Amino acid sequence: MGERTVPGPAAALELRGVTAGYDRRAPVLRDVSLAVGAGEAVGLLGPSGCGKSTLARVSALLHRPYAGTVLLGGEEARGWRHRAPRAQRTAVGVVFQQPRLAADPRLTLAALLAEPLRATGRTDGIPARTAELAEEVGLGPELLGRRPHEVSDGQLQRACLARALVLRPRVLVCDEMTAMLDASTTAALVAVVERYRAGSGAALLAVGHDRVLLDRWCDRTVHYADLVSGAVTPGRRAPADTPAG
Amino acid sequence: MSERTLLSVRDLSVRFRMRGGGEVAAVTGASFDLAPGECLALVGESGCGKSVLASALLGLLPGNARAAGRARLRTGEGTGAGGCDEDGIDLLGADERTLARTVRGRRVGLVPQSPAAHLTPVRSVRSQLAETVRELTGKRGTELADATLAAAERAAFPADHLDRYPHQLSGGLAQRAATALALVAQAPLLLADEPTTGLDRDLVDRTVDELRRHTDDGHGLLLITHDLAAAERVADRVAVMYAGRIVELAPAESFFRRAGPRHPYARGLLDALPERAFTPIPGMPPELGDLPEGCAFAPRCARATDVCATVPPLRERVACHHPYEGSE
Repeated sequence: MGERTVPGPAAALELRGVTAGYDRRAPVLRDVSLAVGAGEAVGLLGPSGCGKSTLARVSALLHRPYAGTVLLGGEEARGWRHRAPRAQRTAVGVVFQQPRLAADPRLTLAALLAEPLRATGRTDGIPARTAELAEEVGLGPELLGRRPHEVSDGQLQRACLARALVLRPRVLVCDEMTAMLDASTTAALVAVVERYRAGSGAALLAVGHDRVLLDRWCDRTVHYADLVSGAVTPGRRAPADTPAG
Repeated sequence: MSERTLLSVRDLSVRFRMRGGGEVAAVTGASFDLAPGECLALVGESGCGKSVLASALLGLLPGNARAAGRARLRTGEGTGAGGCDEDGIDLLGADERTLARTVRGRRVGLVPQSPAAHLTPVRSVRSQLAETVRELTGKRGTELADATLAAAERAAFPADHLDRYPHQLSGGLAQRAATALALVAQAPLLLADEPTTGLDRDLVDRTVDELRRHTDDGHGLLLITHDLAAAERVADRVAVMYAGRIVELAPAESFFRRAGPRHPYARGLLDALPERAFTPIPGMPPELGDLPEGCAFAPRCARATDVCATVPPLRERVACHHPYEGSE
């Protein structure tokens, strides 16, 4: 599919020859390259267990690769996890598949949503920003006072998306953001992401296994197998999701 | 109930008593029938009461829940004990002993939502499957070993993976192991609660195709899912749940293809699919502890009028004062 043509130096997110995993002898990702242009929305497709989520974690500076380079806005990533420089770490917003595993059960949704503001010392704007984002993702004041166990998966994922947007990231990484959700909530969350991108010019890497969804959502969709250098699989696609009958 | 009916649910309601005196109406007035060899898909947003309905049928509701109504499972044999007569078992009225000894696993097989969590992590698939076969059939020794192999085969679980532990299985194989457990006793009713959540599309298709195969073998399948594509693939009929009520009950063919859904909520759900309009239904479902008077969907509905202040009964397969007609 020729997806490895590197856009200009100002790609919002770029992975160059990344090898990463949880065992050096058997890495999950081997020599993977991917570029997401400024303002671009790229969908990354692949079957369960292929390494999509690892790639998402590397992109968000949450997992240190064994080899290769990650560039954010053309600038090389200089650290990972808590060692990532704050400016880089906060340039990427992440939404994970399972909101229950990504939410501190002790926090109310309001506190959850505003946590990145507190963590970066931007406490002044918390009430205003919380209210603004809560309205954007459709969470009423009554829901904001509840804790994760008191809301549905869909409502919690709305809060997790708001949390990912609260620092106005330049890149948004959505790792199977809607896999647990019904059709209407899926469409609603995608609409929130797209409104944010339209206003901010942020880039998007949406990881998933639903080709129909990613094709509809993103500017272009790449298959995981096409990212690995040397893999001669032009035009390889996941089997089409044709409805029965 | 008719000769052909395997499960007959009438006016099933479930209420949770909450601390502080509140009450949550998780299921209200649900009625449907299920025949052997038929798949009924129960669809709706998370939190609409689908799983509570399944728990009620299995007698697995928590202590603060009360179920009312009737849910008869035809058995063909009456023992006269524990809510069981010649007509079958009343799943809501049966005592725990009857449910544990004659219903769960034996007459109703549960295909769980998360197979990885359903399987015991510290024992191999063979050992778990053999235990279930032994408990349900009383087989021992080589007979047990053979029956265990046969049970694995029935769910297309590969025999050379039987000595693996759950964490060594892919999502698809874990799902098959859990399905194999549900099928051991050849229960006439299969209850699948979100069996495809988190699986990728190929695996979803394979999992539901296998469930369809078991349905075609004569099981009745109640498939609870929020995945409309999966429902479209395997269901004979579709029941749409909203805020604890079944708002539409339609043949899958007319629901997904010909006429389309008649209830505005069901229509909105289909329109939200990325292969269709990809537009969400405005707003969010109401709290089950604080349902509006009248139609629970009215606050989100473009067709709502004054008459929607009263609850619409399920008439001609749809519970709506302003249903869509086929031509719209």
